Amino acid sequence: MITIEEFITRVEGEFEDMETGNLKPESVIREHFTWDSINALIFIAHVNVEYDVVISADDLINSEKLQDLYNLVSSKANAA
Amino acid sequence: MAIFSIPDIRIAGIAASVPKKEVSNRDYELLSEKEQETFIKTVGVEKRRVADAGMATSDLCFEAAESLLAGLEWNAEDIELLIFVSQSRDYLIPATAGILQDRLGLPKSCVALDISLGCSGYVYGLSVMGRMMTGGAIKKGLFLVGDVSTQNTSYKDKSTYPLFGDAGTATALEFKPGASDMSFNLQTDGAGYKAIIIPDGGIRNFASKERSFEYMEISEGIVRNSFHIALDGMEVFNFSLREVAPNIRALLEYAGISLDDIDYFVMHQANKLMNESIRKKLKIEAEKYPYSIGEYGNTSSASIPLTIAHTLGSEIANKELQFLFSGFGVGLSWGSVVLKTDKVFCPEVIEI
Repeated sequence: MITIEEFITRVEGEFEDMETGNLKPESVIREHFTWDSINALIFIAHVNVEYDVVISADDLINSEKLQDLYNLVSSKANAA
Repeated sequence: MAIFSIPDIRIAGIAASVPKKEVSNRDYELLSEKEQETFIKTVGVEKRRVADAGMATSDLCFEAAESLLAGLEWNAEDIELLIFVSQSRDYLIPATAGILQDRLGLPKSCVALDISLGCSGYVYGLSVMGRMMTGGAIKKGLFLVGDVSTQNTSYKDKSTYPLFGDAGTATALEFKPGASDMSFNLQTDGAGYKAIIIPDGGIRNFASKERSFEYMEISEGIVRNSFHIALDGMEVFNFSLREVAPNIRALLEYAGISLDDIDYFVMHQANKLMNESIRKKLKIEAEKYPYSIGEYGNTSSASIPLTIAHTLGSEIANKELQFLFSGFGVGLSWGSVVLKTDKVFCPEVIEI
């Protein structure tokens, strides 16, 4: 699994209207993303294409900080 | 595993027809202008064709079939198999295939049956057609596939109304000794049957004056009754991300074909984000991966032949091509096929 910094860079690349460099591991996800259905789908698709991991909408809702999401994705990627 | 090959079957023609009436998602009032843009860019549907009340899938398929018979100079008398794949049949009973057999003037010696499948239906139905014809007893068959989904979507449901479009298609198949194999990989997971469902109107929940027409607010922006399509987008999305790529990889391995050997991957037009994710996972070049979702929306079982008629008409008519088709969704049901075509009659998309 890649580092959290690289994880964040790739997330910033996926969401075009997002300024780069603003997101940190401790960033609270809700303050940066609206989890409407389309953004959630974009995120789920991104994680699946990049890391071959499938996460659910609940996984997104239950992750408070980007670090939490990174931990979840990397644990699933390592388990696969 | 349901992985198998069928020899000696050739696709002679593919035609698609759509209603004239075009609806733009830029006019959909339940989405703000910004939401419309995001939807069009991400889900990929800008315009859709919508059947007027009373126009059935069989009407669209009929026109497509007539144009194939005329273009191929086939006699209706010689058609001995008709399969109609749809989830929007004319009546609860009888089957629509028989109605089409009569309307098209096919002989009484013709086998006619319906198959109730949606997104995976083109691939599944092709396997049934092929199996019934491969012995050579039946030389010519018509495979009629499509859906009118818009009758069953609620205008007040943002998760379905802007997604679906209507289309009917016809594919002409013939027995031809020596035609190269079609190879299939077909799968099912009925545990997910509720992921795309119209709950009322069948025998389980028969139409009820009190219950079926009552509008319910499921969540913000999702208001519908029990005759409307209910779509659990997240469930279907995750299912497709999980299952489609492995299904395709297993099929290619079985058939001894590499991804690079395929000229075109024609996928069910589910949702652009989902389809692009599958494309990127499999590392398929964009030029080999045509779309019709922008102009026609998600056309359910019609999406694969409609995409061919919309984007590849002249190429499929003039060249030998190696295809992979893949359909996935309602059921949950999914499947892929690899096959070769050689100069297929394919007229422009018909409007009625």
